[in-house]
Amino acid sequence: MAKNTHDVIVIGAGHNGLTAASYMAKAGLDVVVLEKNEWIGGAAVSRELYPGWKYSNCSYVCSLLRPEIMRDLELYKYGLQIIPYEGSATMMRNGDYYAHYHDHDMTINSIRRHSHKDAEAYERYSRDVLRQCKIIKPLLKMTPPDLTSFKPKDLFGALEFAKHFAAKDELGGLGEKEIYDTIRFYTMSIRDYLDEYFESDITKAHLAGSAIIGTALGPCSPGSAYVLLHHYMGEVDGSVGAWGYSRGGMGSITKAMTGCLNAHGGKVKPDNEVVNVITKNGRAIGVATKKGDEYYAKKIVSNLDVKRTFLKITEESSLPGEFVERVKNFKIRGSSGKLNIALDGLPEFPCIPEGDPGGGGDMHFTETIEEMEGAYDDWKRGEWSRNPYVDMCIPSKSDPTMAAPGKHYMSVFIQYVPFNLANGGWNEERKQEFGRHIVDCIAEFSPNFKDLINHYEVRTPLELDNEVGLTEGNIFQGELTMDQLMFNRPVPGYAQYRTPLKNMYMCSSSTHPGGGVMGAPGANAAREVLIDMNIPQTGNYY
Amino acid sequence: MNRDLRFTALKKTPFHSRTSLASRTNKYYNWNGFTVPTEYSTTELEYTAARNGTSVMDLTPMCKYMINGSDANKFVDYLVTRDLSQMEDNTVAYIIWCNEDGKVMDDGTIFKFSNTKFMLCCAVKIYNWLHDSAEGFDVSFEDATDTTAALAIQGPTSCSTLKNYGADDLELLKPFGMKQYNINGYDVLISRTGFTGDLGYELWTDPANAENMWDSIMEAGKELKIRPFGMHALEMTRIEAGFIQTNTDFMAAEDSLRPVRMRSPYEIGMGWLVHLNKESYFVGKRALKKEKETGNSERCLVGLDIDGDKPAVGSVIYNEKKEDIGIVTAAMWSPTMKRNVALASLKRPYGIKIKENIFAEIYHPEELEYKKIWAKCKVVKRQFFSPERRNKVPADLYE
Repeated sequence: MAKNTHDVIVIGAGHNGLTAASYMAKAGLDVVVLEKNEWIGGAAVSRELYPGWKYSNCSYVCSLLRPEIMRDLELYKYGLQIIPYEGSATMMRNGDYYAHYHDHDMTINSIRRHSHKDAEAYERYSRDVLRQCKIIKPLLKMTPPDLTSFKPKDLFGALEFAKHFAAKDELGGLGEKEIYDTIRFYTMSIRDYLDEYFESDITKAHLAGSAIIGTALGPCSPGSAYVLLHHYMGEVDGSVGAWGYSRGGMGSITKAMTGCLNAHGGKVKPDNEVVNVITKNGRAIGVATKKGDEYYAKKIVSNLDVKRTFLKITEESSLPGEFVERVKNFKIRGSSGKLNIALDGLPEFPCIPEGDPGGGGDMHFTETIEEMEGAYDDWKRGEWSRNPYVDMCIPSKSDPTMAAPGKHYMSVFIQYVPFNLANGGWNEERKQEFGRHIVDCIAEFSPNFKDLINHYEVRTPLELDNEVGLTEGNIFQGELTMDQLMFNRPVPGYAQYRTPLKNMYMCSSSTHPGGGVMGAPGANAAREVLIDMNIPQTGNYY
Repeated sequence: MNRDLRFTALKKTPFHSRTSLASRTNKYYNWNGFTVPTEYSTTELEYTAARNGTSVMDLTPMCKYMINGSDANKFVDYLVTRDLSQMEDNTVAYIIWCNEDGKVMDDGTIFKFSNTKFMLCCAVKIYNWLHDSAEGFDVSFEDATDTTAALAIQGPTSCSTLKNYGADDLELLKPFGMKQYNINGYDVLISRTGFTGDLGYELWTDPANAENMWDSIMEAGKELKIRPFGMHALEMTRIEAGFIQTNTDFMAAEDSLRPVRMRSPYEIGMGWLVHLNKESYFVGKRALKKEKETGNSERCLVGLDIDGDKPAVGSVIYNEKKEDIGIVTAAMWSPTMKRNVALASLKRPYGIKIKENIFAEIYHPEELEYKKIWAKCKVVKRQFFSPERRNKVPADLYE
């Protein structure tokens, strides 16, 4: 049995774990990251599951990764390159389509084909959403203040939080009306929100997609409008809300982070599953792995979601009962599945004219919000959606590294798919049945699609749970609803990346500001660890 | 190769075949989703045409809306701050409109054909706003931006040019009047309006007539110093005239990301267009009344006459204690007046009660070095240039 001692142990080599580890290594600490899988990256991976094709087989597009983090960790040095989308489109059963483009005027012209009023309303809508993004942006970097505490740090923090909402001008510059809007935005359903701007079903359906991706809410559920905002607050070079591909797949992000970590003396050890956190007198002092090794450190940082961290690898007896109860109640429901497809050529989608940049990014075929809600109804009954919402894209159209020239990789994200499948749960046969169903749905819009398929991988929430370690397959490591955001994330009283166990921290997407390949939880957590160790911090993130 | 125009970013105007042919610079820009020239040859020469001969500008990208219906008259009066109840048929009026908070959304011109038919021209799209505001009114709207071709014909010889083109008796048309003509087999509406602060007209017609109209007018003005005129030259003439431009001199309320940037009419020198004694309610009346009563307007938009000859583009304005009191929104050296002028948004009481001891900090680029100039400014009337010929009836003719 090997015994290892380090300054910090990070559990889980996902993007947040690697971000936290890199920041700490940069600050001079001896950091080791323990990863259960044989590969690195968590849900940001590029895997060659079929020879010649690279799959971003979990997360598939990039926008939320904070630019300050990319800058601080010098990810470009380690190969990270983001390729912006050219556009996105929703295909319609009548043969028409609806498209958004990188160019604002093209988007306006395109919406006008469906509704003149919506084209103009889109300008108002973009401005209002941008306003909300501007308020949220500085909050992403902040450790949420504890509103019940009288410590100077929390009082100032609460003030700082409030300042962003109430401040005139530069900080956010909202008036009373906009503060009301913020509160409405955080609590409304996306359907109600979009109804205030738009009249045409197709405009609403296209925009509402961002509000349901990854969540176990429907477009009519209160709180779904915030999920849209969560997807919008990313940026590609200052273009807020823009999405792009990571060159070489999402694995390039975690690969670059690993590069940064290694350059600063840190190490990742794959195939080392942590099964137990070793505690002594209410302190975390180390971890034990499945292989039987023990690692000891001054600080332990868990990048596992809050349920896995405290219900699976930490002894319940070492934690306060109320805390455990709260963790058990944390909402983390799986609702998404995925298909990763190796294609022999580019599938035709006759709805989208050849050469239209609208087909260059995400494509969908849900035409109304009612259809979307119907898809959600199936999920509530424990079934996969018969008429699902899909977010499909072909990264190889823009990225030459995913497949050989002329060959294509297609990523199909599917909403909704239950974790607990009704009538006996998931098995291999039903998983394949689900995969075939999705292929059939896509083939309705693409006559040559089926003929081009060389191989495809089906991902269900159960798999995401087992393989990646996302509880119930929830991609955000916890539902993004008001009761689980900011100072309530993951558990009230423990939103500052610290835990009831001394020297143990959380850095996963279960913490503020939440899911998406954003890196902010990791960077925030690293800051708190460094504060507790009295180590000065530098960089653009602080 | 045929291109699918469904995914082209910028549209061409019906004059494009002519404007692109006239362009010697190939410089274009995006105006409201259309490709139009910034400059045809040299901005200075184009500017001079507007003060010396006839200048021709493609106005098609301007937003144009037809307002029809039995309540059109009532609706327009409700939409804008100005009292239009006494407006006569076949006249045009300069207007602004606000949101309910009394913040300016845009300025524009309204063309009255009759009590049941109007045309609204403006910079910012408001098709949506018109519908939102129309509840309870019997009105309908048609976006005529793509279906109406428009040219501005401006300058001292513009009346003669248009008479040669076939606009009989045009010299008798009063400022802000309009008249329907049939020229070369097409209907052409001519209004005595413009953005140059000089004698000038605007022509409105069917896009099918665009090329014929352009060619005929160029021919008609051949001996009258006619010249096509781009956006840069227009910018010069409009500053001299003291005309404001939405999203340049003030942020349109609906476009302001930061609510503190929104401005009331009183804050942009447009108080004269707000008729609080108008009998009926109009959008923003309550808020504007309150602002007028409490006098709590925070800013003002003024004209500045600045020492020296370096244009104060983007300059910050200071008081004598070097406190920041505002910013220049538009600035130029006026070739006609030989004055260094600017429009500036100032924090009150500067510009209203305090008009002296105001300074502009000008960064003047000199071959990769900046010369910092501390220039004294005088607050003056915003309308820097307004020649007599502008409003003369009958208009000057060159025969």
